[in-house]
Amino acid sequence: MTRALGLVPVFALATALFGGTAGAQTIKIGVNEPLTGAFAASGTYVVNGAKIAADEINAKGGILGKKIELVIEDNKSNPTEAAAVAEKLITSDKVPVLMGAWGSSLTLAVMPKLMEYETPMVVETSSSGKITTTGNPFVFRISPPSAVEAAAFKGIVDKLALKKVDFLIINNDWGRGTAEDFSKMMKDKGISIGLVETMDQGAQDMSAQLSKIKSSDSETVIVTTAVDQLTLIFKQAAALGLKKRIITTGGSQNPDQIIAQAGAAANGTMHLTTFLPWFPDKTPNPEATNYFITEWKKRGFEFAGCTESFRGYDGIRTAAAAVEKAGKAEPAAIKAALWDINIKGLNGDIVFRKSGPEGKESGQSQPNVYLIEINDGKVELKTL
Amino acid sequence: MSEFLQHLVNMLVLGGTYALLGIGLTLIFGIMNVVNFTHGVLYTFGAYIMFIVVQQLGLNFFLALPVAVLAGWLLGATIELTLLRPLRGSDIDTTMLVMIGAWIAMQSGTLWIWGGVAKSVATPFPEAPLVLGPVSVSWLRLFVLAAAAMLILVTYLLINKTSLGRAMRATFQDHDTASLMGVNVDMIYTSTFAIGSSLAAAAGALLGPVYVIFPQMGDLAAVKAFAIVILGGLGNITGAVIGGFILALAEELGAGYVSSGYRDAMGFVIIIAVLIFRPTGLFARAERVG
Repeated sequence: MTRALGLVPVFALATALFGGTAGAQTIKIGVNEPLTGAFAASGTYVVNGAKIAADEINAKGGILGKKIELVIEDNKSNPTEAAAVAEKLITSDKVPVLMGAWGSSLTLAVMPKLMEYETPMVVETSSSGKITTTGNPFVFRISPPSAVEAAAFKGIVDKLALKKVDFLIINNDWGRGTAEDFSKMMKDKGISIGLVETMDQGAQDMSAQLSKIKSSDSETVIVTTAVDQLTLIFKQAAALGLKKRIITTGGSQNPDQIIAQAGAAANGTMHLTTFLPWFPDKTPNPEATNYFITEWKKRGFEFAGCTESFRGYDGIRTAAAAVEKAGKAEPAAIKAALWDINIKGLNGDIVFRKSGPEGKESGQSQPNVYLIEINDGKVELKTL
Repeated sequence: MSEFLQHLVNMLVLGGTYALLGIGLTLIFGIMNVVNFTHGVLYTFGAYIMFIVVQQLGLNFFLALPVAVLAGWLLGATIELTLLRPLRGSDIDTTMLVMIGAWIAMQSGTLWIWGGVAKSVATPFPEAPLVLGPVSVSWLRLFVLAAAAMLILVTYLLINKTSLGRAMRATFQDHDTASLMGVNVDMIYTSTFAIGSSLAAAAGALLGPVYVIFPQMGDLAAVKAFAIVILGGLGNITGAVIGGFILALAEELGAGYVSSGYRDAMGFVIIIAVLIFRPTGLFARAERVG
């Protein structure tokens, strides 16, 4: 018996070595997402979307005659971890391209590593303006920067008759970037800005901030954070009897989850989103959207996650398209090829335009932004 | 003015649960002198027991609370028997390292079983809050405050008015003399740790449904518990209760009138001040030194 047990490490080693050689037959894409911590729900949705894309591509024979292999790592919703994960994916797993890292602060922490190892990354969710304006030529973003969200929202502020707004934002690059861009747009429109309250990304009790907002003289609150904190905010706002109009930004709201968990408190709230899974026919590529939603439901995932997971799906398809165009799985070739791709994303065509200082521009595609309103527990599309 | 009243109501509701967290730790850290890094995990554990009983087994919310307290008691007793008992008499550093190890192992265990995505627990309380003039508060949080107050009272009576409590205090004052007086000190060690643990689990079970439940939820709770214990004076139950309310008041008013970005820092500013001006805690009894 002891002799048999002694063989176990040998088998393990053999499997590891065999696994290693099998790995060379695939094209690796590094996935750097928050699977634990404050953004666990969102990161998990994105990864599940990414898996759908990889399976779809592999079912059609893969790219360059090889299968895609996603190397998924958890950045723990922590910028330090996000940078370490990027380094591990590039140096140890030898991935030629990455997708990540969900949050703006996480992505910003990864960016110096991309420069150091000259490896491109598709940014699928982050919205801080800084990401594509600081001169990092390895960044290719498919999500809208907050200035684009603010610009899209500009058209509707007159219709909503906004006079004075407060902000309740997550205290990181995402939240602060949003408050800055939206304040600028609103001041141009003659809307006054009241309170700008912040909350820590891990905070669970926002009653103090909400009590302050309740007593202010503004009629609208712009809230920016991810879904878990949002549901808490809706519940706590209802408990405090806060009656102001709530508008959320950032596209990580999962409105169905808010309806399910916040109940009546969700009615009358508005949300800027970047995908319309409720109205597939109104999306830029209905066929692809329908395929994705069917596949998502088939895998038993909650429908609520669609508004987040589609980015993982689009992100992997973007990276794969670039590898195919490059003709080889090498970072420099993939980076060059990312400028030439044109794929049908679920939220508009993904074509990268130059952004940032000349000579070291980042790539930015132009996705759509929508405003939806929750009424009687149902999602309605507002025209921007 | 109405804003200030609302902040005060928020403080009461938050302070009650902070006090509960504080008294559990003050028993273990203050009286037993064990730097208990598993306090936060026991808090998380209590919350997940609520999730299992209410959401997965579909049983009654009010039944789930005593189940969580009992489960916390059992887990605490197990930790004491398997980890702390063999280490009795060893220096504080060794015990601390073992407790850090237990904390990491148990937190990874919750992550492995339930995953990193937050869970929520449905409650039988109405969504509409109780409105009293300018202030309003949710029924769930009122219930949490009442339950916390009851648990605090029971613990206070247990420590100060029962023979078990007297034996506990005697054991941790002078282990050898207590043993000579016929106190079963092994039993006292185990039950003190188990009671402290069940209070942590109770706090988690009460607050899990108020917020959301995830594997790292106990980390911040544990840091706050340590802060409360230091604030109130080691081993002082009344001090821990008052410390809990002071921390809640500092956070509420700090976030409301200074800056919400520094909400969690407010408590620690107070701790630093206490450590500078009254290093034994605000409510420590005068002690003879040397």
